[in-house]
Amino acid sequence: MTLELSKFDRSNLSGARGPAPRMAMSIIVRMAEVLEAQRLMDISQAHIDSTIYLGEAGLEFAERLAGYQATVSVPTTLNVSAVDENGWQEWAVPGEWAEKARRQMIAYQSMGCIPTWTCAPYQTDHAPTFGQQIAWGESNAIVFANSVIGARTERYPDLMDICAAITGRVPAVGLHLTENRAGNVSIRLVDIPESLQMDDSFYPVLGHLLGTAAGDGIPVIEGFLVKPAEDQLKALGAAAASSGNVALFHIVGITPEAPTREAAFQGRAPERTIEVTLPGLRTARQELTTAEGDELDLVVLGSPHFSLAEFKNLAPLLQGERRHPRVEFLVTTSRAMAALARKADLLEAFEAFGGRLTLDTCILASPMLPPEIRRLMTNSAKYAYYAPGLLKTQIVFGSTQDCVRSAVAGRVVRDESKWLV
Amino acid sequence: MASVMRGTPLVRGQASGEALVGREPLSFWGGYDYHSGEIIDPHHHLFGKVASGRILAMPYTRGSSTTTAVLLESVRAGTAPAAILTTGVDSFFALASIVAEEMYGKGIPVVALQPGDFEALQDGQWIDVGPDGVITVGAGRIDR
Repeated sequence: MTLELSKFDRSNLSGARGPAPRMAMSIIVRMAEVLEAQRLMDISQAHIDSTIYLGEAGLEFAERLAGYQATVSVPTTLNVSAVDENGWQEWAVPGEWAEKARRQMIAYQSMGCIPTWTCAPYQTDHAPTFGQQIAWGESNAIVFANSVIGARTERYPDLMDICAAITGRVPAVGLHLTENRAGNVSIRLVDIPESLQMDDSFYPVLGHLLGTAAGDGIPVIEGFLVKPAEDQLKALGAAAASSGNVALFHIVGITPEAPTREAAFQGRAPERTIEVTLPGLRTARQELTTAEGDELDLVVLGSPHFSLAEFKNLAPLLQGERRHPRVEFLVTTSRAMAALARKADLLEAFEAFGGRLTLDTCILASPMLPPEIRRLMTNSAKYAYYAPGLLKTQIVFGSTQDCVRSAVAGRVVRDESKWLV
Repeated sequence: MASVMRGTPLVRGQASGEALVGREPLSFWGGYDYHSGEIIDPHHHLFGKVASGRILAMPYTRGSSTTTAVLLESVRAGTAPAAILTTGVDSFFALASIVAEEMYGKGIPVVALQPGDFEALQDGQWIDVGPDGVITVGAGRIDR
């Protein structure tokens, strides 16, 4: 099988259009060969996950492209950085780290990208539309774009995302193609009470279970008694893309490519069926907690980045309350979303409560937590999944309400009633 | 007694080392410490093992898009596995190695094996990876 290249692709590859298109195209072409693609195709938008500074290699890669005067050829948003540019001094971020993380930000901005600095680009003005061919990095953004919006992206890894943005070209494989978007794993919710389905903590737990059970399959979920909110689907996808490899899910009657069961499976039979029961969900919920006892140092919300709707839902829970002096209360979001929340008067109660904001990054991407913060509580399955490995902290998973109550009480308080029958 | 497997070379190269065999997929972000080559995901059964210099068998990558960036850092830092064996085509491992070749002139071999061959691999076996994807599996080391 040989890869067909257009005249434009070949001029990129030859270096005729400069060193950055040559480097980007040579990486795209080698990946096309690995993936046994027969052709490349156009994309009309990109989201760059490579923004997160991790070490010298990622910075050298970004600065090499920037030094080559690389520019993106399609509208391109930027994922979180590894530093809150204006707030890092309040935390334990080393100065050298902040400087290098900033250099990585500057490198990607210099290529003409939109400085969104968020892992929830689908909740900005730059969200893609149904059927749009895009090249997105960031696992939670990928699964949201594919599943909830019906845009089409493969799982783009760091370093390839920017190559796609520079060339506007990707291998024509995988989830870009209609035939590969059919569901293949049937997920049936069995006797899951409506009251639980309405609770925000149901979605990350279901997602965690889904990722573990479906692996890299395309799950089709049936049995919803309620219509989930956008942020609930965001939490579900982020969890499934952490514990597993889920890049696309369908919910019959809810997500855009699943008006019917038939449509979700594209008329094919599922390879397997998984029944989701309340005991199964309880086990999944338990897996998201590694801490024993009820001690608590930090409550953290906002992975993926907190939305305006989440600020709205949080505000009444905080009204008239104040966090315990021993427990920090942190929300991670983007500068744009924080500005919207400020404009909507949603930050007054938050600040009166003793809440703090970290912008454009998160606790996983920036080494911001001081060593005395050892026990975390969160409503995010993604934070719960990654914190023990990345931060060596213990974690408790709970609902948003559990998180607020615990911050007030100064110790872990969880309402178990919805998880029992 | 040595056995020979024929895999598909996703990134060509030669390497030899002791096998470290993962049965479940791994996200390198939150799963691999590039400073030490240690597997740090407490959910994973290889938690605490050091993959640096080993022939790492991992069915595929899971989760974060940042896996490639972590693997690139580990190639630069000299803490990467000597080679990676997968089942099926895993674009993340291949990409990191391809970028490492572009940036530093050295990648690591990535070879896709048939699922049956992959399952037969055992921790501690001595493995030679040939440039054309031929994998020679020797006997296990007894001094482990």
